[in-house]
Amino acid sequence: MLTINNLSVHYGGIHALKGINLEVPQNKIVTLIGANGAGKSSTLKSIMGLAKASGGSIKFNGEDIVNKPTTNMVSKGLVLVPEGRRVFSNLTVEENLFLGAYLRKNKEEITKDLNWVYELFPRLKERVWQKAGTLSGGEQQMLAVGRALMSKPKLLMMDEPSLGLAPLIVKDIFGIIKEIHRNGMTILLIEQNAKAALEVADYGYVLETGSITLEGPGKELMVNDEVQKAYLGEHK
Amino acid sequence: MKREKVIQSLISIAAVIILLVILNKVLTPFQARIFNLGGIYIILAISMNLINGFVGLFSLGHAGFMAVGAYTSALLTMSREAKEMNFFLEPIVPWLLDVQLPFPIAIIIGGLMAALAAALIGAPVLRLNDDYLAIATLGFSEIIRVIFTNTQSLTNGALGLKGLPYIGVTDSPKEAIWWIWGLVIITIVFMVLLINSTYGRAFKAIREDEIAAEAMGINLFKHKMMAFIIGSFFAGIGGALLGHYMNTIDPLLFRYLLTFNIILIVVLGGIGSITSSVISAIVVTIAQELLRVLDGKMQIGSLIINGVPGTRMVVFSALLMLVILFYQRGLMGTNEFSWSWFKKLPFKTKKAKIS
Ligand SMILES: Nc1ncnc2c1ncn2[C@@H]1O[C@H](COP(=O)(O)OP(=O)(O)OP(=O)(O)O)[C@@H](O)[C@H]1O
Ligand SMILES: [Mg+2]
Repeated sequence: MLTINNLSVHYGGIHALKGINLEVPQNKIVTLIGANGAGKSSTLKSIMGLAKASGGSIKFNGEDIVNKPTTNMVSKGLVLVPEGRRVFSNLTVEENLFLGAYLRKNKEEITKDLNWVYELFPRLKERVWQKAGTLSGGEQQMLAVGRALMSKPKLLMMDEPSLGLAPLIVKDIFGIIKEIHRNGMTILLIEQNAKAALEVADYGYVLETGSITLEGPGKELMVNDEVQKAYLGEHK
Repeated sequence: MKREKVIQSLISIAAVIILLVILNKVLTPFQARIFNLGGIYIILAISMNLINGFVGLFSLGHAGFMAVGAYTSALLTMSREAKEMNFFLEPIVPWLLDVQLPFPIAIIIGGLMAALAAALIGAPVLRLNDDYLAIATLGFSEIIRVIFTNTQSLTNGALGLKGLPYIGVTDSPKEAIWWIWGLVIITIVFMVLLINSTYGRAFKAIREDEIAAEAMGINLFKHKMMAFIIGSFFAGIGGALLGHYMNTIDPLLFRYLLTFNIILIVVLGGIGSITSSVISAIVVTIAQELLRVLDGKMQIGSLIINGVPGTRMVVFSALLMLVILFYQRGLMGTNEFSWSWFKKLPFKTKKAKIS
């Protein structure tokens, strides 16, 4: 569904992505793990057109989308749950969700998806009129995911959804990710929490300072020595 | 639910009309003047609030757009004789000499010219952020003023224009209240509809978080441009009303001080709320008139203070600083008036009694 070839991103003199290759097949969960500053967010940003790619190609269902405006990405069915949630603080939960459906016109379908999101996150339903900024961190993350789902994505990209959340809430969030996946969603998941990510993922990539150093099915990466040492904090 | 809202709105508009009829009868000319100026400031404050409060653009160009609106409408409504009398240093450009349009058309063209200016200036400056945008728009506003001071045969330069026709289609000052407050209602209704539309939601999203808004597929530049142009259109209308109401305009009237006055209203009321702009515009206009005493001679007991002109503005500036320091949300933050307040009222008092 999404094919990235030799993608490079420069920020001024900084070479943040040094030609990476990545593939997200339909109906799969693919995860990209790596340390701080490895270039994970940059990958997602360049897919969404939020950061300029300096080289390489990004194909979505065969169509070249590299460096196209973000509006086009959203209408094609790519959506990003940004790092740090970035909910609209002074707007209500419901307004936030409607903003996710900003490019959609069909009112009936929007209402249908709104109800689906409320089913997935009953805690949001209790808080429709609450200002997003007053939600707890976990609730804000749910809102950010719900908001992204409102755009009816084909490919859902999440940038560290477990960031700063208590272990129990992290479990909830990953439960939701699986649930969304069961509904037929293709997911590209970025995580520092390698264990949780590799558990749900069909396939994983390890990114280190702008280059992919390892890749393989989630289960295999889980037991890989290097991954265990570097990301799972286990020593043998 | 929706029907209920429409009915409520219609009732309140009818109430305002009845109120206007009564006020037009009972107000002294001095009171009517404050009331009408308050109305004009409502239009100006709401239009600035759209740009600065709802979209969160730090723009300081309001006086410039007002000047464009005011001069356009003035030149389009003044009679040939009036123009000949004004332009004694250098004759007016011939193609403008005989143009004389009815007031409603002229004022709309005034608004459109301001919107056009916004479209031209917006394309380059709206890509800037925060302080840079503020400086660029402030610069634009001053440039407009300098241009108007120097285009003698078009704007009569520093001499300004005197004897602008009264607001309205008959030549009577009594008509003003209807036009001004009619336009106030139109502006409020339009803004409320705009703010509650999908566009309005996108405006607020941009204010809250540009990156997240962009990630939702919102075209930042398009929406900023749209708000900037619409806001400037109403600034042009407000400027035109102000010019006609005062019968005289000159470039000095449109200094940054005028922009500052409107910022004062918007910030005191609450950035991002239409209701607060309305209330604040009236309060500030009344207060500015009442505090005029500060500028004149004062007698407290046997002590006579010779007023210093400008004291009034010092008081207001200090007030603005206090609000920014201690009460940034203004009078009512981003909250809006709603009928449900009245429904909640008895409930609240009950709760208070129990506790
Ligand atoms: N806008 C920018 N301007 C300059 N440098 C940037 C910019 N954005 C990212 N970088 C740099 O690019 C590199 C990769 O950043 P990126 O945000 O992609 O890392 P990340 O893998 O998401 O890290 P984290 O896990 O900490 O979020 C970093 O060295 C960062 O400093
Ligand atoms: Mg990151």
